[in-house]
Amino acid sequence: MGLADNKAAIAAQNVSKVFRGAGQEAVAALDNVSLTINQNEFFTLLGPSGCGKTTLLRLIAGFEFPTDGHIYLYGEDIALLPAYKRPVNTVFQNYALFPHMTVAQNIAFGLEMLGKPKAEIDARVLAMLKLVRMEELSGRKTSQISGGQQQRVALARALAPKPKVLLLDEPLSALDYKLRKEMQIELKRLQTETGITFIFVTHDQEEALTMSDRIAVMSKGKVLQVGTPHEIYDHPAERFVANFIGETNFLKGEIVSSAKGVPRVKLEAGPTISADAPRGGQPAGKVTVVLRPEQATLVPAGKGELQGVVDNVVFFGTDTHFHVRLADGSMFMTRQQNSGANAGGPKAGDKAGIQLAANAARILKD
Amino acid sequence: MNKVNASVDIKTQPGFKAVAILCLAMLYTPILVLIIFAFNAGNLMMHWEGVSLRWFGVALANQDFQSAARNTFMISIVATLVSTVTATLAAIGMTRVKAWPGMRMAFMIINLPLMVPEIITAVATLSFFALLAKGLGLNFGIGNIMLAHCVFCIPFAFMPIRARLEDMDLTLENAAADLYATPWQAFRRVTFPLLVPGIASGAALAFIVSFDDFTITQLVAGPGQTTLPLYIWDQTRRPMTPEINAISAVLLLFSISFIIISFLIARKRK
Repeated sequence: MGLADNKAAIAAQNVSKVFRGAGQEAVAALDNVSLTINQNEFFTLLGPSGCGKTTLLRLIAGFEFPTDGHIYLYGEDIALLPAYKRPVNTVFQNYALFPHMTVAQNIAFGLEMLGKPKAEIDARVLAMLKLVRMEELSGRKTSQISGGQQQRVALARALAPKPKVLLLDEPLSALDYKLRKEMQIELKRLQTETGITFIFVTHDQEEALTMSDRIAVMSKGKVLQVGTPHEIYDHPAERFVANFIGETNFLKGEIVSSAKGVPRVKLEAGPTISADAPRGGQPAGKVTVVLRPEQATLVPAGKGELQGVVDNVVFFGTDTHFHVRLADGSMFMTRQQNSGANAGGPKAGDKAGIQLAANAARILKD
Repeated sequence: MNKVNASVDIKTQPGFKAVAILCLAMLYTPILVLIIFAFNAGNLMMHWEGVSLRWFGVALANQDFQSAARNTFMISIVATLVSTVTATLAAIGMTRVKAWPGMRMAFMIINLPLMVPEIITAVATLSFFALLAKGLGLNFGIGNIMLAHCVFCIPFAFMPIRARLEDMDLTLENAAADLYATPWQAFRRVTFPLLVPGIASGAALAFIVSFDDFTITQLVAGPGQTTLPLYIWDQTRRPMTPEINAISAVLLLFSISFIIISFLIARKRK
């Protein structure tokens, strides 16, 4: 098999998918996508609805077939293999549990289809019930258990046949906030315990940042950036990525010098600051600089790099957001922790300065 | 979702109760009277002379009734089996495949017999069999009626089966395939068990429609091929005795128990 040579669990090569409805315009759901997902990785496909993330997942599962390109599973091209021949299992968004079967029968289904001996199936079902802490409910019909429990059964069912890759299609979106938080930790635990490669689809950037080893940010059928949560958050390559992941300030400016590889940018809002160049590019001319709200501190007027007027103050409990209108008319948002000391902070209409953290500003690849 | 608060509650509208009661009375009073007179001791249908089970005995011992009942059951059972299987396959072919050109047309053609006046179908079927007999010398006897019933029961069986398939969550079949079920295994282990209530309703409908059919059967049936509806029709043209009431009551009892059974099957599967 040459597993050592093909460390990639999934490798997509120039994959395109075009949907052609009868009498409708052809829609490109995926446009020449290439990416590599490593063995034992928690990999997230992140993007807004309609970005192609679910289509990519369905191509890997075998529910759809690519119009063009290859999908390799440990080096074997599976792009045209029917779903039932792929050692890949899916946790569906609506769970898709079989309503006419009990919890245990649902979990046993995949193993039965693989023709495993009964004793092995029983042992495996028991182990799975234990793994997702559902032992007591094994005889229940799936309609008689709660949403969170259905979620666990769906996970157990998909993990039971020991798939080479587990696909998860927005599995937490139907759960309420608290349960979702619990399941995020649970999923991470399951991934570590089973050692199976997880490919997780979500539109929730916070979920992606919390759980993933690596994230692929997608938009309009393309993969815009692949990286660890830190890379994606701290070094967004494009405006879309910067905007979609977390909150960001966009500052317009122009490069005035690039001494020692550190570009200096004259901002339209006034000052000239140092900013990181995007990876693999030396920008010149007009650029956009991004800065996270937590990388700027509100200081009294006259101090700090930027000057402006507080436009709006929004209280969030743990922190407060200050929206400041800068000299060029653009808005800048800073986030301050509410430690109690800053209770008497500036109000709307007050003049204020903004102190930028060192080495925090990034130039976007435009 | 909340229908209770939506617009008008028709139950509180003036006259609603009166109309409802009138309709129900119009519908069920004659049936009730018919059943009551089945227990009449006298010889005349509409002249009450005391309670007796006498006419039930007469009816059940009647050779013509027995033969008609035999024919009816044979025809209905064959028609139900054939039409339900055909309708199931047709419904799967119209919901579980990529849309094919002419699918809407096929759907309309399958359902058209529901809209065509039955007498037209009956005359057409009659001429068809006459042509077969004259042109090719083919006459299947009671098989002619069976053939006709098999065909006109299909749309009745088709409707509930198709509705059930359309309502079914397609990701369930994806999930089965995802868990290594071949298309046939996915059908047998997931789609079919979930389809059973639809098939049961379809079969029940087909059975009742065939069991009860008069128009087509009347035109197609040859001598010795009398079915229960034809037999009852025949009896009403002679001086009527409460035997007719007794026969009707037996049929009614049968239909009601049949409906209850199919209802229970559907509910259990849900």
